[in-house]
Amino acid sequence: MEELRQYVPWVYFAAAVTFILGLKGLSGPTTAQLGNRVAATGMLLAVIATFLESQVASAWLLIVPAIAVGTVIGVIGARRVPMTAMPQMVAIFNGAGGGAAALVATLEYLNAGATGAVPAGEVISSVLGLMIGAVSFSGSAIAFGKLQGIINARAFRYAGQQIVTGGLFLGMILGGLALLGDATGIVDVRNELVLAIVAALALVFGVALVMPIGGADMPVVISLLNAYTGLAVAMAGFSIGNQMLIIAGTLVGASGTLLTRLMSKAMNRSLGNVLFGAFGAAGTAAAGAKADDGRTFREIGAEDAAILLGYAQNVIIVPGYGLAVAQAQHGVRELADLLEERGVEVKYAIHPVAGRMPGHMNVLLAEANVPYEKLYDMDQINDEFPRADVALVIGANDVTNPAARKDTSSPIYGMPILNVDQAKNIIVIKRSMKPGFAGIDNELYLDPKTGMLFGDAKEAVGRVVTELKKAA
Amino acid sequence: MTELLLGAYIFMLTIWVGNEVISKVPTTLHTPLMSGANAIHGIIVVGAMFVATAVPGPLGTVLGFLGVVLGTVNVVGGFVVTDRMLQMFRARPARAKTPEKK
Repeated sequence: MEELRQYVPWVYFAAAVTFILGLKGLSGPTTAQLGNRVAATGMLLAVIATFLESQVASAWLLIVPAIAVGTVIGVIGARRVPMTAMPQMVAIFNGAGGGAAALVATLEYLNAGATGAVPAGEVISSVLGLMIGAVSFSGSAIAFGKLQGIINARAFRYAGQQIVTGGLFLGMILGGLALLGDATGIVDVRNELVLAIVAALALVFGVALVMPIGGADMPVVISLLNAYTGLAVAMAGFSIGNQMLIIAGTLVGASGTLLTRLMSKAMNRSLGNVLFGAFGAAGTAAAGAKADDGRTFREIGAEDAAILLGYAQNVIIVPGYGLAVAQAQHGVRELADLLEERGVEVKYAIHPVAGRMPGHMNVLLAEANVPYEKLYDMDQINDEFPRADVALVIGANDVTNPAARKDTSSPIYGMPILNVDQAKNIIVIKRSMKPGFAGIDNELYLDPKTGMLFGDAKEAVGRVVTELKKAA
Repeated sequence: MTELLLGAYIFMLTIWVGNEVISKVPTTLHTPLMSGANAIHGIIVVGAMFVATAVPGPLGTVLGFLGVVLGTVNVVGGFVVTDRMLQMFRARPARAKTPEKK
């Protein structure tokens, strides 16, 4: 035991290397799975090695059951979740990490305080770890609630919101400064009480931060909170003096921030705009003003849709979140197969933020065995819409709204969209005329070329498939 | 102070590494990458193991236990869910006549 223990830091070093290699691997399609497994192996080794430390070994009666409980929750959660619910699952796991980081920072701070004066550096890292971790914890919980539909996904805004959020933030910082002042002997406060207040403020701040953000922006928020947790972990690493934690946390903090910026860019919005801009809220006003120009939509049946599709030469399928929610990806593939048997060329147009996260739709369609080479990025396919006989929009809304191209007053103006409106015919499968996550009307639906086929994506696609089979 | 300074050096260098490593990621992989990165910060579980019994008393023990549980959920759930996602990107049996385009 004693001889082995000296190698623990080297195991940590090796684990840190696997994290970097793993992340590198994850950024390429062929190496991604290997990368993930390499990092997981490093993690496992690090956990096992940690048991060699005497303070951990002596606490095994507490730690082993805790790991067992966590493993059961993690495995069941990760295995049971349908692919469509992936984003909120990531949010939950991220929140768990944030909560753990906050607890580690708190416990280490209290531990250090019990044995004497806490050095200023450790006060700073512990308080930051607690704050950031707690914000990530409660923020992730709200993000989960919004995506899962437990909490209204619309942006929740109220008068004086900026003041409340700012006040919470200020209170958090003041509490942290009080603890720092106490450690350096400038002021004298009751540490535990102030720490509890800071933790409570941070938890409320996380809620206040995410509540005003609409569901459409949730992926960006989750990515940001992911980076926050990374940072909290790095801070906890500073507190307990563990370099592996600093590396892993900072790695995620830095790459997560970059990923967040990439995601916002895919939606043509700045990060500041996502966090503080009134997306959705401003949209409702614009939508109300526009609905009265006398144009109406045209409803079609599954039969019409089947005929239109069956006699087309080129069909572009535009899948959106509605497809994901309804689990319609398998039905869509069946539809595509039937069409291809009839000699129709079928392609899929994937908007960068189709689904709930970049790449989410690709995962779902891959699950249904849609060949990878039929999935086209927005830039690849946008020029092909004018030549397409039918664009079949399934549960997609905002990413097809021509207002983003034309209407400067629209809140989504400037967002890159799929040029569905340029196709010769458009079929939109949708549950109702309700606006999408951005909360604005889509004038594509009022286009005379557009036929609306109402229904749940899976059920509606099923009806079209039945009609097509009849026709064959 | 030296340990803090060492940590600061590592922190600074790792920011660069983190940015470099993912600078060229296809959009398709954004979701698995986010999920994988999410699993990596689950390493906090090691920290939680160290401080699990650091604070005596029932509250300290409960918080310590909770820390390890949450950290483990992050690690295990994160890696399993990422693996499941990436399973989808695996080569699957090629189906009839798919004209290669672009």
